Amino acid sequence: MADPMKIRATVQGDVAEIRVLVNHAMETGQRKDAKTGELVPAHFIQSLVAKLGDKTVLDAQIGPSVSRNPVFGFKVKGAKAGEKVVITWKDNKGDTRTDEATISAG
Amino acid sequence: MDKLRRMLLKGTGASGALAAALAAGVLKPGQVFAADWNKAAFDAKDIDGALKGAGVSGAADSKDVTIKAPDIAENGAVVPIEVASNVPKTQQIMVFIEKNPTPLAASFDLQNGTEPSVSLRVKMGQTSNIKVVAKADGKFYTTAKEVKVTIGGCGG
Repeated sequence: MADPMKIRATVQGDVAEIRVLVNHAMETGQRKDAKTGELVPAHFIQSLVAKLGDKTVLDAQIGPSVSRNPVFGFKVKGAKAGEKVVITWKDNKGDTRTDEATISAG
Repeated sequence: MDKLRRMLLKGTGASGALAAALAAGVLKPGQVFAADWNKAAFDAKDIDGALKGAGVSGAADSKDVTIKAPDIAENGAVVPIEVASNVPKTQQIMVFIEKNPTPLAASFDLQNGTEPSVSLRVKMGQTSNIKVVAKADGKFYTTAKEVKVTIGGCGG
């Protein structure tokens, strides 16, 4: 099972700033193993969906050009402190993980 | 729904109709992930193919689309960038690294009040333009910025 995400969500005025750090190798499938010289198989996150309560706010499709342990930051208007942010990702091997955080006042 | 079924049965143009239905949200595969991963766009080996795969056509250069990125990235494995669009009704932002082996890095669908400003970290194999395309009201707006890379982030 993959490691948990780190989600930080703070609201200022009516705009919530959300940052999520995902623990993932994001292998491109083009890197060679230093010891064996064989290609390391591709293993990367393909989708990441963020929900505020039960509304989808961000639906991202992701490729291997995104860095290892990706960080995404985005802003949602109309969010309030105390609301729940739920983030789910899925990778090309079918692994998936969901974590949540509560928006705090900034 | 019946109409759709007829189109599917007819065969010709069915996949196009299905794609349109998916885009329109008529059919939703899975509960969480609204859209299927766009394999054609992400697997494309050059910028033209990636743009085509992502359905981008006739993108106009626009100052309203902005990229904040370092001029020189010492480490191509982690290049922090911030992309934004001031075009009204921006609904989607796409990030392309022109000279990467697979140029499309990410595509963000913005819904329910998410502002058109996203930060992320990308890999860059070599010095390249970063191209950002924003989709607003069915039209495409684009801008590009060159980032010099001293150590590549895609090789082994």
